[in-house]
Amino acid sequence: MIAELGHFSLVLALAMAIIQSTFPIMGAAMGNLTYMSLARPAARLQFLFVSISFGILVYSFLINDFSISYVANNSNTLLPWIYRFSAVWGAHEGSLLLWILILSIWTIAVTYFSHRLPEYFLSRVIGVMGLVSIGFLLFMLFTSNPFERIFPIPLDGADLNPLLQDPGLIIHPPILYMGYVGFSVAFGFAIAALLGGNLDTTWARWSRPWTLLAWIFLTIGIALGSWWAYYELGWGGWWFWDPVENASFMPWLIGTALIHSLAATDKREIFKNWTILLAICAFALSLLGTFLVRSGVITSVHAFATDPTRGIFILALLAIFVGGSLVLYAFRAPSTKSGGKFKLLSRETFLLFNSILFLVAMLTVLLGTIYPLIIEALNLGKLSVGAPYFNAVFVPIMAPLIIFLGLGVLTKWKQDDFSLLLKQLRNLLIASLFIGISIGLIFFENNQLKSIAGIVAALWISTTSLYSLFVKIKNKKNKLAAMRIISRSFYGMLVAHIGFAVCIVGITITSQHSVDIHQRMKIGDVIEFSNYQFHLKDLKAVSGPNYEATEAIVDVIKNESLITTLRSQKRTYTVRNMPMTEAGIDAGFTRDIYMALGEPLDNESWSVRLYHKPFVRWIWLGAILMAIGGLLAVLDKRYRLRILKKKIITINNEAIP
Amino acid sequence: MIRYLFPLTIFIGLTVLFIYGLQNDPRYVPSPLINKIAPKFTLPNLHNPESSISVDDIKGTVSLINVWASWCVACRLEHPILNEAVKKYHLSLYGLNYKDKRTNALIWLENLGNPYIESAYDEYGNVGIDYGVYGVPETFLLDKKGVIRYKHIGPIDKRQFNDIIMPLIKELEQEN
Amino acid sequence: MKTLYQSIVFVLIIFTTHKSFSNDEPVYFTDKNQEQRYYSLIEEVRCLVCQNQSLADSNAPLAQDLRNEIFKMIKSEKSNNQITEFLVERYGDFVLYRPPLKDNTWLLWFGPFLFLIIAITTAIIFIKKQSQNNTIDN
Repeated sequence: MIAELGHFSLVLALAMAIIQSTFPIMGAAMGNLTYMSLARPAARLQFLFVSISFGILVYSFLINDFSISYVANNSNTLLPWIYRFSAVWGAHEGSLLLWILILSIWTIAVTYFSHRLPEYFLSRVIGVMGLVSIGFLLFMLFTSNPFERIFPIPLDGADLNPLLQDPGLIIHPPILYMGYVGFSVAFGFAIAALLGGNLDTTWARWSRPWTLLAWIFLTIGIALGSWWAYYELGWGGWWFWDPVENASFMPWLIGTALIHSLAATDKREIFKNWTILLAICAFALSLLGTFLVRSGVITSVHAFATDPTRGIFILALLAIFVGGSLVLYAFRAPSTKSGGKFKLLSRETFLLFNSILFLVAMLTVLLGTIYPLIIEALNLGKLSVGAPYFNAVFVPIMAPLIIFLGLGVLTKWKQDDFSLLLKQLRNLLIASLFIGISIGLIFFENNQLKSIAGIVAALWISTTSLYSLFVKIKNKKNKLAAMRIISRSFYGMLVAHIGFAVCIVGITITSQHSVDIHQRMKIGDVIEFSNYQFHLKDLKAVSGPNYEATEAIVDVIKNESLITTLRSQKRTYTVRNMPMTEAGIDAGFTRDIYMALGEPLDNESWSVRLYHKPFVRWIWLGAILMAIGGLLAVLDKRYRLRILKKKIITINNEAIP
Repeated sequence: MIRYLFPLTIFIGLTVLFIYGLQNDPRYVPSPLINKIAPKFTLPNLHNPESSISVDDIKGTVSLINVWASWCVACRLEHPILNEAVKKYHLSLYGLNYKDKRTNALIWLENLGNPYIESAYDEYGNVGIDYGVYGVPETFLLDKKGVIRYKHIGPIDKRQFNDIIMPLIKELEQEN
Repeated sequence: MKTLYQSIVFVLIIFTTHKSFSNDEPVYFTDKNQEQRYYSLIEEVRCLVCQNQSLADSNAPLAQDLRNEIFKMIKSEKSNNQITEFLVERYGDFVLYRPPLKDNTWLLWFGPFLFLIIAITTAIIFIKKQSQNNTIDN
């Protein structure tokens, strides 16, 4: 009964989505205020019905209602309640419902936090987001109903995949989706601007906080995924260039280009068409990600079990939304009027290079990801494109970006003087090189060149960004007061760029200097490397709520004193009879020590993997800093109401395009 | 105007690619051994450990080499089809018993029938590696010269046998 | 067909836990160079059973077999090229995560740099044009 209610609620949500899109968009075109006013209430009602539906699915999982096929396939009576909750998004149908829920959350957020947007514009934004909702609700109702019943009702469920029974998996998908789906807002703004046929700067200014917010979530979501893979998969890896990982990285790359391009459009009225295209591209890549995971076109650890009908449906959605927007773009873009001019040596140039380089980076990842498909389609064979390719190709592409980053933050708008700029930069460059080379030579015995490159890059980025702060206050008497006046978004930029630098340090050092030992151990054995000694103290049997395990207890000793005791378990989850390793990690600011228990060998020995991973946490720390930087930019005062009160009056005078 | 259509064109190209992708099985790995001479091997005979079988014994007629094991559930699905086909068409079918225990393999054949002229015992899977075996069952079709002309991955069902394999066998038999 | 296929893989994984062989047997080298070569090679070869893992990460029996092969070949002084050739002869290019530079991968390996050059050139042309142009067309 209650499942049917959940299903029916989705139908009602669809009805609301239809109202939410048709009337407001028509209304904006016709100047009909009544039609336009339906946007907010319809959106809010859609959210209500989707939430009810989602709530019912959650409830069904919590009470173990195995009469629902999706619950039976993904849960079990022995499954701890928290994982029964996260199992809701553990497979295709439920995660799709989560997607739709998050879309409706972003939509009502737009209805609540957009008082200064003129009615016609807001109607279009909400209308476009409503169209996306319609697409996904139809997809859900026609091919992926999470409330399907199963008969006869199984006594117990098939359990959630043990790899997903983990706290990381509780938060990683929701946050990642907040990012993916959040770009639908930027998309909505872009389409609304195109529909209005008037790409003025106010569109860019309105779009910035929303886009930043989506970008922040995506940054954190990807970082969470990487961190989760690191501690859960047991082999110390944190990025595999898996097609689905790439599918989340590509929107991030374009998203980063987009937030910078929006800044340029906002400040200087330039790159208007380009920014619109980036917004469409970012959302298109989100949809592409959805397609890749659920269609079975590529093999991936992340892929949901699917059938081709679903793939065709999503592809159709992709074609309609992206194809449609690109057609609209082709018609409206040519008539855009451009803003301020700029010379070759100017900040505008570097912002353009930023866009270009992130676009090239995205295309590189895209090329590698779909290349096997292209080759197969052309009957030229079957090959794999994996991590070795991406690592070889991606880093050189990033190099010019890093160089330009340093240049860009210190170059003036419109036009700058090369010799003046050079003087400022020369010292910073020399300092970065000197410090970087010293650190590299002193602390590292091998792989010095690459380590130095990474450290120099990070120093270059940090020093140039900090210097841009220095430039602002150096001529002021009261430095502290001067610093307080500087906008939050400037500090946001600073923190985010430094975060990027921190990330680079983590990536460089961990990839060049990680130590990975794979050996057999029995109780009493000692293994030594990187100045650490690992003593296997004990191997004992333990059991959990839905698994049996062997636990290895290892003491880690450095300089004669005990640093930590690592525990790693090899679990067998009883329902699916599936083995899994739970790693033992001693996390630290400058290094992780990591142990993964392997398999039982003969002679009471086990295979064990031990790792020393220097600076690995800096990767995720860098991501967190980038997210904080983004947050500072969102909280910039210019987005506060009182400052913009004056502008509201002028804008509302142009209520109809 | 043209350059504004550029993104759309790229997108259409991608869509076409994905339509192709949807009809394609990404897990299927084509064999590089097609149209190459079947890799040499000499292995003990499963039934008679003293004597050995080599790939040369198989030359001369159109033959099939079927990779199987007693622990392989999918092999059970195709075995009746192999039994029937050999009886009906007098096929030259050889078995490659892959990473199995001799006793288990012999019992399996007793229970389910033995359509193989001979079975070679590949205890450690080394010959399997030479043949690019990655999933069991797999079946290789060799022509009279001992060149691999077709590889079937997974269990053979009736339709596949009738529509793909048997016509190919007939064709190869026409060859010199 | 796909589900049958998946069941084969599933079966291969579940039904091959012999007590005599483990799928996670560590290997030992006396030569550091050989050791490094081994560990980087097994990262670059794809497991054909668990197709989303490299030989280094996979627990499949075939992965263990292939790791053993690679181990033997390194010990008998075969070069990396000889080892990858051995694998490609049997399993095709698909087995290598680093696609070889052949006719059909030219675009793959040079594409990104081509993109880079074209993109930067186009950008510079655009910047120069708009900085001199007196009209306000886009």
